[in-house]
Amino acid sequence: MRKFPRLIALNILVVVGAAVMVFPFLWALVTSISPGAGLSATPQLVPENPSLSAYAELLQRLPFVQIVLNSLILAVLTTVFQLATSSLAAYVFSRMPFKGRNAVFAVYLATMMVPLQVLVVPLFVEMKSLGLINTYLGVLLPGIASAFGVFLLRQAMNSVPTDLDQAATLDGAGHFRIFGLIVLPLVRPALATLTVFAFLNSWNSFLWPLIILRTPGMKTLPVALAGLQGQYTTQWDIVMAGSVVSVLPMLALYIFTQKYIIQGVAGTGLK
Amino acid sequence: MTTVGNSKPGILSVTNARKLNPAPIRRKAAPRLRYALTVGLFLLPSALPLLFFTIVPMVSAFWISLNQWNLVGPMKWVGLDNYARLVTDPGTQGAFLHTVYYIVGYLPLVYSGGLAIALALNTRIKGRSMLRGLYFLPVVTSWIVVALVWRWLLNPSTGIVNWLLGLIGIAGPGWWTDPAWSMPAIILASAWKDLGFVMVILLAGLQAIPEELYEAATVDGAGPWRRLFSITLPMLSPSTFFVIVLSLINGFQVFDQVYAMTGGGPNNSSQVVVQQIYDLTFRYGKAGEASALSWLLFLFILVITLIQVRGQKKWVNYA
Repeated sequence: MRKFPRLIALNILVVVGAAVMVFPFLWALVTSISPGAGLSATPQLVPENPSLSAYAELLQRLPFVQIVLNSLILAVLTTVFQLATSSLAAYVFSRMPFKGRNAVFAVYLATMMVPLQVLVVPLFVEMKSLGLINTYLGVLLPGIASAFGVFLLRQAMNSVPTDLDQAATLDGAGHFRIFGLIVLPLVRPALATLTVFAFLNSWNSFLWPLIILRTPGMKTLPVALAGLQGQYTTQWDIVMAGSVVSVLPMLALYIFTQKYIIQGVAGTGLK
Repeated sequence: MTTVGNSKPGILSVTNARKLNPAPIRRKAAPRLRYALTVGLFLLPSALPLLFFTIVPMVSAFWISLNQWNLVGPMKWVGLDNYARLVTDPGTQGAFLHTVYYIVGYLPLVYSGGLAIALALNTRIKGRSMLRGLYFLPVVTSWIVVALVWRWLLNPSTGIVNWLLGLIGIAGPGWWTDPAWSMPAIILASAWKDLGFVMVILLAGLQAIPEELYEAATVDGAGPWRRLFSITLPMLSPSTFFVIVLSLINGFQVFDQVYAMTGGGPNNSSQVVVQQIYDLTFRYGKAGEASALSWLLFLFILVITLIQVRGQKKWVNYA
């Protein structure tokens, strides 16, 4: 009998909490279709004259399609590079012993602990001397390898039994073929986790693109968005329209890959 | 047998090799050179970027920190002057204090919220995985979007939060326009964004606690609160430890939300360390001081993390 009210209390807690989580997104959406939002002190919970004019204005004032494409291309390239470089390195750390391998692996892990902020000034200088300021290559290069990715994939490869490798070796397969045809297909879930993390990290990254990109048309979505609020201090419908546009692709990816993201995060806490 | 990993390749029998994990796989012709080349070919695509874009900049940041430099002109050697100046500079001290303020406000909020939801979702509640997905949604959202949306929610005159507060007769504060409320506004938005992350970590920890412990405690007459404090929290300590270590590492590097919500203002009331590094470099042209501050921050985080790893024996239970 006493269990009943507790269950109700739990349900209320969870549902109210979920509402608090979702409300800001909904409110951004509602604001984005309410022209003139931000001018009156009484918020319109249901927009009286819903209109997409904020989106139209956004498209007009900013090279918005270009900016979304910038972010998308950079995120895809970063992801592809990280998958390639990380899986190759992970294969060595899992399958190809050599003297000093543990030390090399330790150096890889150590680079995970260096915060980007420490690197910002010298990286900027490095890019400047390479002539890569205000170029996509300059944004891309520091992110093409990921120690986290190497670590994640090595863990996965270590849990793949080596019997298959042995059989393939007897059949005359070399490391390239064992890597590509045997090990990689068997660590697909970990590759999926890394894909999602790499993509989202690049899609959401702010500090580095903010520093390296100057031309407005070259900016990435987060950087352009941060610039929006300075230009339109009271035009919240436009700022929120920009936010909605930048959330949508992320949301689409999230809905389909939620499982891998949450598994990946839950797994990191248990190690 | 034990040195097999580095001995002559090609002479291993399969039965021996199978006992090793990870097992070396070698080919017959010119094996050593070929093997070394393969290792190099596999490692270089990640080793070179990490070397040039992490390790080299890390070292040159230290070099820059020993100089006075405005990013354009020639460098001027000043030794440890930058460090000395930063330690006594009121602006930097303020930035450190605000960062600590942020962590002290953020961590209890995000931990208790995450724990409450994790406990609730660890029951046979309906729609569990959908709810978990909802709570996690802000985690994958870009900080800039979150900051903009929260600036709008917490708008002092036209924001919906102050309007709701007004309905119950409370005059809402000025949030990010008021020096006393700018930090609480940032803390609130940050806790909202990270709650789902903490929840997922704690939920994974909760699910690893054996059910028998609770059954035994119930038989012994322990009530729900007793079970929480005597079983759940101690058994959850590894996850809690992970959350705290990570929150402190990230908390000292807090930047995106500050930049987008307040820019460190008003009146420097929310100026944090990384914002200070950014301003020193790109607003005041003091790259030397900025690099010194970066190194101080890095060392500070390292020491704090090491202290926690040392101290974990006292309270973290690894089953």
